[in-house]
Amino acid sequence: MTTIPLFHVLVLSSLLFAIGFIGVVARKNTLFILMSLEVMLNAVGVAFIGAGSAWQQADGQVMFILILTLAAAEVAVGLALLIRMQKKYRSLDIDLLNEMRG
Amino acid sequence: MLLASLPFYPLVSFLLLILFAKRLSWRLASAISVGAMALTALVSGLLVFELSNSSSHFISVDLWHWFSLSSQQRMAEVNVSFYLDGLSAVMISVVSGVGFLIHLFAAAYMKDDANFSRFMAYMNLFIVAMLILVLADNLVLLYLGWEGVGLCSFLLIGFWYQEQANVLAARKAFIVTRIGDTSMAIGLFWLFSSFGELNITAVSELIRGVGSSEIGFSLQESTDIYWIALLLLGGAVGKSAQLPLQTWLPDAMAGPTPVSALIHAATMVTAGVYLIARMHSVFLFAPEVMNYVAWLGAITLLLAGLAALAQTDIKRVLAYSTMSQIGYMMLALGAGAWSAGVFHLMTHAFFKALLFLTAGAVILALHHQQNIFKMGGLLKRLPFESALFVVGLICLMALPGTSGFFSKEAIIAELWLSTTAGPALWWCAIIGALLTSIYSCRLFFLAFLGNERFTEKLHIEKASLMRSALLILALLSLFGGLISLDLSEVFFKIKAEELISVNEPSWLHTIAIATPFVGILFSWFYFKNYRVDSNLEDGVKTNLTASEHRFAIFCRNGLGFDSLYDVLLIKPYQLLAKLNRRDFIDQTMMSTAWYVGLWHDVMTMIQNGNLRWYLAAFGLAIMTLIGVSIL
Repeated sequence: MTTIPLFHVLVLSSLLFAIGFIGVVARKNTLFILMSLEVMLNAVGVAFIGAGSAWQQADGQVMFILILTLAAAEVAVGLALLIRMQKKYRSLDIDLLNEMRG
Repeated sequence: MLLASLPFYPLVSFLLLILFAKRLSWRLASAISVGAMALTALVSGLLVFELSNSSSHFISVDLWHWFSLSSQQRMAEVNVSFYLDGLSAVMISVVSGVGFLIHLFAAAYMKDDANFSRFMAYMNLFIVAMLILVLADNLVLLYLGWEGVGLCSFLLIGFWYQEQANVLAARKAFIVTRIGDTSMAIGLFWLFSSFGELNITAVSELIRGVGSSEIGFSLQESTDIYWIALLLLGGAVGKSAQLPLQTWLPDAMAGPTPVSALIHAATMVTAGVYLIARMHSVFLFAPEVMNYVAWLGAITLLLAGLAALAQTDIKRVLAYSTMSQIGYMMLALGAGAWSAGVFHLMTHAFFKALLFLTAGAVILALHHQQNIFKMGGLLKRLPFESALFVVGLICLMALPGTSGFFSKEAIIAELWLSTTAGPALWWCAIIGALLTSIYSCRLFFLAFLGNERFTEKLHIEKASLMRSALLILALLSLFGGLISLDLSEVFFKIKAEELISVNEPSWLHTIAIATPFVGILFSWFYFKNYRVDSNLEDGVKTNLTASEHRFAIFCRNGLGFDSLYDVLLIKPYQLLAKLNRRDFIDQTMMSTAWYVGLWHDVMTMIQNGNLRWYLAAFGLAIMTLIGVSIL
């Protein structure tokens, strides 16, 4: 089995992170924003796994499990908020939530 | 000790009235203010009595040390101390005596005003300032009183401050007199820097001592004296409403009538006359300036007489007549007839206060109608007031036997032979007397004779306070001329009277006495339509109107001085102010405001509440940070 060089892993992770970030910024639908957020979290996870295997340490995998748990919790809360939002605004457009402008 | 306390009676009353303002009832407020004035008048009387019985010709009292001034030559102590001699005795009697009577009148006149106690408080403050002015033993304290009366005049002209005209008049009076005050202040600085002394007696003695000695003044010193006298004259001209600073006085009539009587006729406007009389030692050694004083007085008295002829407002006629009478006083001072000038000041205070207060009573009866073309026939309707007005007018015209006669004749008699006046000024005075009698008759005919040109029912006030004040003033006006003033101790003569080689023509006195009668005779025929009741003649009610001739309008507007100053000074100044609107300092201030506004806009723009926007900014910032740290 050939080892994948760390550089490639990091490039993949950065690309995923960028795609996720652009998704968060560009999307108006809150559901897609949440999904893009997941992509970003997983991009970070990939970076941790890559780094863990490169240095042969378990910390990377521990960190990934932590991120997974966090993501699960976040999605639970996020979806709950989404339902409330749908009920209140009859829409998932994030730009409707701008009442705290200066 | 009595002397020291004199200005404090009205001061205490002023403080009480200001502190408790509207909590005082009319009865209490007038009791306090008029009571304080009665006390002041009483004490003044005692002081004058004391002065006339004492062996020395002055009383002085030191209150406290104020501050010290030093120049290269020596130190001068400026103390708060009072000095009472013949001249200031005349002044305090006039200020407190006439002041008391006017307070008495004002208490009744202003009874229904909402701000009655504020009014009386200002009147009291005015008396305080005026007493300080006339009692001051040094010029700095005198200046304090001088500014104090100016302030009170401002406050009282603008007393009914809800009306714009009054406020504008107050501002005008303040600014115009301020020009004179500035000139006077410079005069005082000059006096101190060249003679190192501000005490009036000390200055006078110093100047007399050097002036009468063999050596005399050096060239530098005589130039100094010339300029000091000229600058002091500037101050006097401002306060006494003489040419070129006379324009404020007619407008000052916007104030309540007792104010016009007290400040703008009887007392404050004579402060300039007092100043020149007080500083006569300086003026004696500047004969050119004395000559200017005389000419200024003469021209003012003629111009004011002309202007009075064309007025339609009863108070403005009296205002112009005040100006012209002060012109007489100035003329007397300029001619070196010091005592005559001060004597006229006193008698004028009596009869002008009487005229103004009676005019006030008439105006009150006619529901604040001041236009004499809307009066007429008041002799039958208001016999008491009319009789008193006639008394005032015959004093003003100087008919023989009245107080005005004694003082005005005293002035005119000294003019012909005076070194600083002369026949030309004598003729001016005579023509002035003629004008005086003509405008007095015109006023009397229009307001009190002829047909009634008003429609409302008269509001007849029978307040005994008013009537008693008027009656006392009338008696003073009639018999005030019998008071003999002996001011020879006060006024200094350069040298003993030389034998007069040129005798004055014998017809002088005859003409002087006959002039008012000529004026009356002239107006009797000339103003026939004013005097005759046209209702009876043809049954048609003709309405009199003021002449619309261009010259009449020109005179009515004060001979164009207002518009002249408007073009000459006010317009250019406003233009300059407009041009200078965007000056450097303003721009700096405004740019700060602009900058802050800009940041405000930027900040509100960023805080748009848009989550995605925040996130983008966040990402951009992180990227910039990383980029910067890598580079």
